[in-house]
Amino acid sequence: MRKALLLTALFLFVLNVFAQSDGSQQNLLGKSGTFAITGATIVTVSGGIIENGVVIIENGKIAAVGQNVSIPSKAEVINARGLFVYPGMIDAATTLGLVEIPLGANGTVDVSEVGDNNANAKAIVGINPHSSHVNVARINGVTTVLSMPTGGLISGQAAVINLWGSTQAQMAVVPTFALVVNFPRVAAFGSDFGQQQMDFNEAIRRRDQQLENLKRIFKDAGNYARAKEAYIKDKTLPAPKTDVKLEALIPYVRAERPVIFTAERERDIRAAVKFIEEFKLKGIILGGQEAWRAADVLKNVPVIYTNIFRLPVREDDPYDYLFEAPSKMLQAGIRFAIATSDGGANVRDLPYQAGMAVAFGLPKEEALKAVTLYPAQILGIADRLGSIEVGKIANIVVTDGDILDPRTNIKYLFINGRLMPLTSRHTELYERFKDRR
Amino acid sequence: MRRVFACLVVLNFLLPSFVLAQASNQVLIKNATVMTASRGTLENADILIENGKIARIGKNLRAGANARVIDATGKYVTPGIVDCHSHTMIDAVNEFSYSVTSMTRILDVLDPKDIAIYRALAGGVTSALLLHGSANAIGGQSVTVKFKYGRPVEEFIIPDAPPGIKFALGENPKRSNFQPLPGQTPRYPRTRMGVMEVIRDAFLRARDYKREWDDYRAGKTRVPPRVDLELEPLVEVLEGKRLVHAHGYRSDEHLNLMLLAEEFGFRVGTLQHALEAYKIAPEIAKHGAGVSIFVDNWSFKIEAYDSIPYNAAILWKNGVLVSINSDSDERMRRLNIEAAKVMKYGGVPEEEALKMITLNPAKQLGIDKRTGSIEVGKDADIVIWSGHPFSPYSRVETTMIEGEIYFDRQQDIAKRAELEKERQELEKLDINKPPASGGTQPRIPSEFRKDHHDDADGMPYLSDEDGGEEK
Repeated sequence: MRKALLLTALFLFVLNVFAQSDGSQQNLLGKSGTFAITGATIVTVSGGIIENGVVIIENGKIAAVGQNVSIPSKAEVINARGLFVYPGMIDAATTLGLVEIPLGANGTVDVSEVGDNNANAKAIVGINPHSSHVNVARINGVTTVLSMPTGGLISGQAAVINLWGSTQAQMAVVPTFALVVNFPRVAAFGSDFGQQQMDFNEAIRRRDQQLENLKRIFKDAGNYARAKEAYIKDKTLPAPKTDVKLEALIPYVRAERPVIFTAERERDIRAAVKFIEEFKLKGIILGGQEAWRAADVLKNVPVIYTNIFRLPVREDDPYDYLFEAPSKMLQAGIRFAIATSDGGANVRDLPYQAGMAVAFGLPKEEALKAVTLYPAQILGIADRLGSIEVGKIANIVVTDGDILDPRTNIKYLFINGRLMPLTSRHTELYERFKDRR
Repeated sequence: MRRVFACLVVLNFLLPSFVLAQASNQVLIKNATVMTASRGTLENADILIENGKIARIGKNLRAGANARVIDATGKYVTPGIVDCHSHTMIDAVNEFSYSVTSMTRILDVLDPKDIAIYRALAGGVTSALLLHGSANAIGGQSVTVKFKYGRPVEEFIIPDAPPGIKFALGENPKRSNFQPLPGQTPRYPRTRMGVMEVIRDAFLRARDYKREWDDYRAGKTRVPPRVDLELEPLVEVLEGKRLVHAHGYRSDEHLNLMLLAEEFGFRVGTLQHALEAYKIAPEIAKHGAGVSIFVDNWSFKIEAYDSIPYNAAILWKNGVLVSINSDSDERMRRLNIEAAKVMKYGGVPEEEALKMITLNPAKQLGIDKRTGSIEVGKDADIVIWSGHPFSPYSRVETTMIEGEIYFDRQQDIAKRAELEKERQELEKLDINKPPASGGTQPRIPSEFRKDHHDDADGMPYLSDEDGGEEK
């Protein structure tokens, strides 16, 4: 009897040790195999809603979707009657993995480099695959993010990553997706506490100077690209000296990859679009508070909107100025996604940000698209992610309700077709303390 | 000057009759889903408001001929939200100079015209605790207000709310995330040991001071002690007349403060932020402090790294009085969504979640006799929502305080064209032209006001829209 007790105790102890030490490792891997989610309401996003449908997951991809789908004999069946199936959500603006704790822990901050031009800095090299933000975000249904460097004039190159993997390469969907540029604007005030107001004329002069600087860099990069091209064709020409920053800019000045410009006000957005047109770039606007006012120039430039959890800037702006912007963008025919612009910890709020836009005029279906299919399109990954379609990567969230509602629980989560444990730093601490008396 | 004086006379003359006319009015909200926050949810219910108080709750209620009737069919009604941690409408948040600034009063720096008040009303907030910042171990005296935007500042203050004072523990009072300005010596304290000693020292001095006065009042001494504005509020704390609202993150610090309070014979009012409170829930329940938290904000500094969204659920299960606060003009507008999250994290029931932004903070602030739930006899602080308040698809339609409407979405929309026209006219004035196009150098524009965060919730990395652009 005593032996049995001891054995049980030992077993429980071992189990406990596993539960505590193994958690994150196990999370990174998940369980691969063939899965059949049955009986669910499938919100495909791209092809309507399928009641009582089946989704087959095989080799990491969505193998079949529909009502009359045969279930492979080897499939693990997940009975999802009464549940809902959504594609994993995509947050198109974060610094996830580049910063763990912004205040008082500089060692965990890898988000912005020194200097104006850091075109060669790549987020994919700085992202920490083992950041605790990864699990916290994904168990709330966000499975893919754009993680981007910030700061300076040219911040660096942003990466599209899945929130799964032990290495940066495993996480990468598009390792170097876009260049990030803080488009120069008139800022007459320092953002730091106690900084003095700057003379407006001086602020305007600085903006113009920065814009000239930016133009010079892009012209240099264009010339550099042409010189290299010429040299490759004709080796008698002088070989341009290698410049890591200009080298990094080549795919961007050739419009092979997009350039993301931060811009909020109508005037700045128009100026950024002018820049995009002048250099024939593939542009994206990030921020976009007043994008709807510049709809006429945004036919070919999508917007990643990051202002739901923000206060209107001017005192006399309507209280819902930033809440109703997505609805206005939709009416104006602008392509847009809703994103958090969060450091990582609060990326899990993405669905509620989209949900709040619905309260101010955005149709529900559009709000869902704004955090799934639309960001996939803007990030150039819509062939692989963003909806429940055959052939796409199986990033799938199974819920007990509307995914944009904070009361909804996530029941199952697949990333790259792997069934992931719904654990994080938070669930682990919860388990440790919930029964403490 | 004479004209201003004349206006004041007219206003003084008009004001009482205006108020009376209002007070005699009835408001009848008809056919709503009423979430009372104390007695469950009532379907198809009416609320009759008289003289600013809730007079009746029931079905098919009737009002007088002059009553304002609001048809709330298909809509939800909740009590006005109470935010137990705010710095809205405060012109100065921190008196940074000393580690003990109990002599300072938030009452002296109120700005009733802060636009953030209106935006908070548009998010359903009707009452708030306005706190001094957290730079000092013992900060300034707080004020509890109702957001009566458009009224004189005196009317904001809830007269029978118990007074409070801000305390702070951890990284902020030890200034570990802030560099001293050039030429400044670092301020004591720099460690958690020092913070606790600053507080202990202050209470020892307060106890001596109280004894001096007690002796004088008992006739034991003949010369009255000199009045000490620093120690007066701390004597009130010792006497249980002033609530301590203690900012802090780590559980050990809050536990130490509660032990210190027990040593000096008082109870801590609220543990503010307390993102690790779940680690010491039984101890908090035993001491009897309330806890006022962010639901799921975390990882913005080291002492917030062990924050979990299940905090509210664990505290609630231990019988601790929990409220959810904003500490931000921005988050303040969506406290309903914050409350909804606790249903998901740990399974807090719907009414308990609603209480965490209404009745519970009202109890923590000692104003639950007048607000925090929809009950007969309480102030008519009421929010009408377009749908369920916990759905992100819902928005506030109307917010009233004591039966008067302070926010109404339809009225707001109706005014917009007029405001837009006014803005355009103002922008044409010379003073408002950009200086480059010949205008005069403007003064600090209105948009300079920044959202104050006692504890920055993540850094504004991506687009630090700090305002201040030329118009």
